[in-house]
Amino acid sequence: MSGAFLGMPAHSSPGTGHLQGTASFPAAARVALADTQLRRNIGNATTTIREKRLRVVGECADWEQLREAGRDIKRHAMANLPELLRQLEGNVQARGGQVHWARDAVEANAIVARLVQATGSREVVKVKSMATQEIGLNEALAEAGIAAYETDLAELIVQLGHDTPSHILVPAIHRNRAEIRDIFLREMAGVDPTLTDDPRRLAMAARSHLRRRFLAARVAISGANFAVAETGTLAVVESEGNGRMCLTLPETLITVMGVEKVIPRWQDLEVFLQLLPRSSTGERMNPYTSLWTGITPGDGPTEFHLVLLDNGRSATLADEHGREALHCIRCSACLNVCPVYERTGGHAYGSVYPGPIGAVISPQLTGLTGSSVNDSLPFASSLCGACYQACPVMIDIPSMLVHLRTQHVEAARAAHRTPTPEAIAMAAAAWTMRSPTRFALAGRAMRAGRLLARRGRIRRLPGPLAAWTAARDAPAPPPETFRDWWARTRGPGQ
Amino acid sequence: MRVALFVTCLADTLFPEVGKATVTVLERAGVTVDFPAAQTCCGQMHINTGYARDAVPLVRHFVDTFAGYDAVVAPSGSCVGAVRHQHAQVARGAGDAALTAEASRLATRTYELSEFLIDVLGVEDVGASYPHRVTYHPTCHSLRMLHVGDKPLRLLRHVRGLELVPLPDADSCCGFGGTFALKNADTSTAMLADKMRHVLDTRAEVVSAGDSSCLMHIGGGLSRLQTGTRPVHLAEILAAGDVA
Repeated sequence: MSGAFLGMPAHSSPGTGHLQGTASFPAAARVALADTQLRRNIGNATTTIREKRLRVVGECADWEQLREAGRDIKRHAMANLPELLRQLEGNVQARGGQVHWARDAVEANAIVARLVQATGSREVVKVKSMATQEIGLNEALAEAGIAAYETDLAELIVQLGHDTPSHILVPAIHRNRAEIRDIFLREMAGVDPTLTDDPRRLAMAARSHLRRRFLAARVAISGANFAVAETGTLAVVESEGNGRMCLTLPETLITVMGVEKVIPRWQDLEVFLQLLPRSSTGERMNPYTSLWTGITPGDGPTEFHLVLLDNGRSATLADEHGREALHCIRCSACLNVCPVYERTGGHAYGSVYPGPIGAVISPQLTGLTGSSVNDSLPFASSLCGACYQACPVMIDIPSMLVHLRTQHVEAARAAHRTPTPEAIAMAAAAWTMRSPTRFALAGRAMRAGRLLARRGRIRRLPGPLAAWTAARDAPAPPPETFRDWWARTRGPGQ
Repeated sequence: MRVALFVTCLADTLFPEVGKATVTVLERAGVTVDFPAAQTCCGQMHINTGYARDAVPLVRHFVDTFAGYDAVVAPSGSCVGAVRHQHAQVARGAGDAALTAEASRLATRTYELSEFLIDVLGVEDVGASYPHRVTYHPTCHSLRMLHVGDKPLRLLRHVRGLELVPLPDADSCCGFGGTFALKNADTSTAMLADKMRHVLDTRAEVVSAGDSSCLMHIGGGLSRLQTGTRPVHLAEILAAGDVA
């Protein structure tokens, strides 16, 4: 596509791909909450990562300054995104790489499929990448007759299990060792039939399986954690070394990257390479950081393609109150501390981006219509603020969720001629609360609720409030409101 | 100093004892408390459910009611959080520059009870006595919007006879979240179950907090299961016992 989309487009395409599920969050969560194995697996995993993260973050005396620096760099990058992308494009090209622009998932998939087909290869190895999960690249390549092999251990587990990822960083977080052994025994060709659920043996089985893939692959596909505009350098941060294999062994490397990943300067990496591993895996430093700039004759791939993906990001950038979501560096600290994610897991969110940041990004990328499945995501939070506190680039996720809730309500207002029962109730409540007289009367009227009460509590409430009393008692209204007590004992207020 | 009590709509209509206790604590500390009768609600439920447009008149009403006071004190971290961090934003969203400015100014003079006692009055020992085993849930908005830290605990540690038991995983949400408890009732209940488990693990007789809403949630669950642990607001504990 042309560079015309750069800047603040009046009409930007909504994101497509794996950004929306089929059931609303409350419905999907109900299923997940009943899965006791899932609850144990996710509860154990998030607790472990949370503790590790707290430990390594606590070591950094300047953690808050690092967070501020991360936020400021991202803010600057978003404010100058068109210029930075141009600069990145120029520098990648100058070093022998080719740059492609993709408006949405369909365009990106078509570009990658065409690039792979041009090499004559029928298979590719992949480094774990959220962008390619987002656009459904593996499925698109399969349709084009190309087999895509995931090489990250957790992605491999998900792929072999015909499953979908449930976490940004730990896509198989919903699986335990015993389940992984069963998947390997069932799906991995030539696996040792005496395989146990010992982590080392599971890792060795995956290692020998993957080694064959690496050595045979002629094309690799990766995402990118960062792209440095001033040098044209791409960065992938990983733990297993599979990324390093993919980025160095094949002849052709194709990197699909969301446009928001660009940072201005080489020096900015210093901030993010401290923030990211501590926030994501709870490590001081990740084991493998691969950086490459275009192509280097005689060393690594001889062909490099960078696909810059929009897929709803321009629309997000255009939203003054929403654009902060593009600062996300996909560390998943917010998932690990989220009390909702901890109980429902990632699949309930429907999108490849789960958890608090997913509840923001997914509906932003697809757009809110007032009635879509993704409209339920901003409400999948108690607004407890744990995500904001953990975010390494200080994204105020609770405020963004409230902002998106407001967008949803306004979209529903615009789409429906008759207001929803909730909108009527909210308007009535606001009308009552605007006036002290009406409010005082309403307070007294609540005394009628005492008829529902036995021994000071109410076991069952009518209408939508029944959702409350399904699991909790409600307090009986008191015989006298506070304001009536004050007026009776202290005289009328001023 | 002219001090107004913002009792909050929830305490006014459902938990008046919390309001009375707040008055007692403040008066014992030597504060003359006004209760502006025009007050209603801060609008947090509207704002957080996406009805910012309906909340604008409530923000205006709040500002009109309390603008003349040097300090506004409320027995709720959550409502104070809305006043401090959301009112100006709602006014700005409505394009009302004057209201934005007034709301921003009032936000700096609005305090949660434990903040007011410790930061403004400099009091940690309010002279209360409460001979019970108590555990304290710090509530999310007190912790992460207002950053009250250990202020409520410092107040509780000075209460005669009170045995304070640490709550495991204290800073995790109880699952209330306003309309979240209705819209995502199942997830909310799952969160509540874990909070109740931690409360019960302390073998406390009383679970306390600085927010009636969270206590209504935790207490509603504890009551349904006949656990024998009851919710008591921080203000009620601080108001308990004869004045020393």
